[in-house]
Amino acid sequence: MTTILQPDDAMIPGVSEPAKSRATRRVRGLSDRAIAWLFVAPTIALLLAINIFPLVWMIRLSFTSLNLSMSYLPLRFVGLDNFTDILTDEDVWIRLQTTAQFVISSVALQVVIGFGLALLINRQFRGHSFWTTMILLPMMLSPAVVGNFWTLLFQPQIGPFNYLISLFTGVPPSSFSMTGEVALAPWTIVLVDTWMWAPYVMLICLAGLRSIPDYIYEAAEVDRASAWRQFWSITLPMTVPFLMLAVLFRAIENFKMFDMVNLLTSGGPGSTTELVSITLKRAAFEKWRTGYSSALAIILFVTVFGAANIYVKVLNKVKQR
Amino acid sequence: MSGSAIANGGLMRWFRRGPWETGATILIGGGIVMLVQPFSLDLYSYSFVTILAGTLGYVIVSHFPE
Repeated sequence: MTTILQPDDAMIPGVSEPAKSRATRRVRGLSDRAIAWLFVAPTIALLLAINIFPLVWMIRLSFTSLNLSMSYLPLRFVGLDNFTDILTDEDVWIRLQTTAQFVISSVALQVVIGFGLALLINRQFRGHSFWTTMILLPMMLSPAVVGNFWTLLFQPQIGPFNYLISLFTGVPPSSFSMTGEVALAPWTIVLVDTWMWAPYVMLICLAGLRSIPDYIYEAAEVDRASAWRQFWSITLPMTVPFLMLAVLFRAIENFKMFDMVNLLTSGGPGSTTELVSITLKRAAFEKWRTGYSSALAIILFVTVFGAANIYVKVLNKVKQR
Repeated sequence: MSGSAIANGGLMRWFRRGPWETGATILIGGGIVMLVQPFSLDLYSYSFVTILAGTLGYVIVSHFPE
């Protein structure tokens, strides 16, 4: 039983004695469990309204033929037809491959650059804190901001990026467009995503590097192990669980990537950079195929949920270390 | 040791979380690879069922004893 400290009843003016004692009894009568529910209930209600209800509603819609541009038609139950359509549609299959290519190339680059930066930042040098803050700045920005200002940087006429490339290669700056050419656009979104998220991978790797006890390196020094040998036999094996964590987290996030790519290329030129999340948005809000897009959303949700399970498993392994 | 204890021990040996969780994880990973591979449309078609089976399996086996 929880006892809540009450102010001295006699000190409250204008409240009759029986009323005060009734109120005190009522508050004192609440169990720990009831008070806990009282505090948690608004959050649970919000969670149900904002997360669970739309999810259940989406599952229901995925079995229907609802098209919001023809919402006057009666809702027809179509069973698993939407799922069958998606899982036999070569266009969606190609969009998923595009997504996979984006995920693999951006995560690989982020891991290499992030790990390299972590190795550098792990050493003590002058201006260490300043450079750490500077490196971490991109990941603190909103993807919408990043998408917008990189779009400006990539402008063929006024953007400084093309001038920079021209400076090194001699190619005229207005002769190519990073976001408008089939060969360059996929690498453009990889470049921007890597610029933004390599610092995050660096942070995770840095945590891994700092968790390695110094005495292991001291023992290696006693055994006259070279710096290269120490890296391969101590640093890398002991950072691998953290790297796995970073890879999984970034892969899940990039699989869901929408905002930044939508701002940079909108899936173009043609459909070269059309990730599956953009396909989903087009099906839902351009073609208004609500039932179909709900089914696609469920497929993506289950995929991300499955990957998140693997992520949690790796996280537990890292914790056990 | 009584018969039921032996039976319980046998069941416990079968329903250990570790190997089942690994199996479910492999199923999920395999399903994701099937979903994004560029070689076979048939593999793509069966990918969602595989991921779903792995995910549901993982949810169930994560309640098994260690």
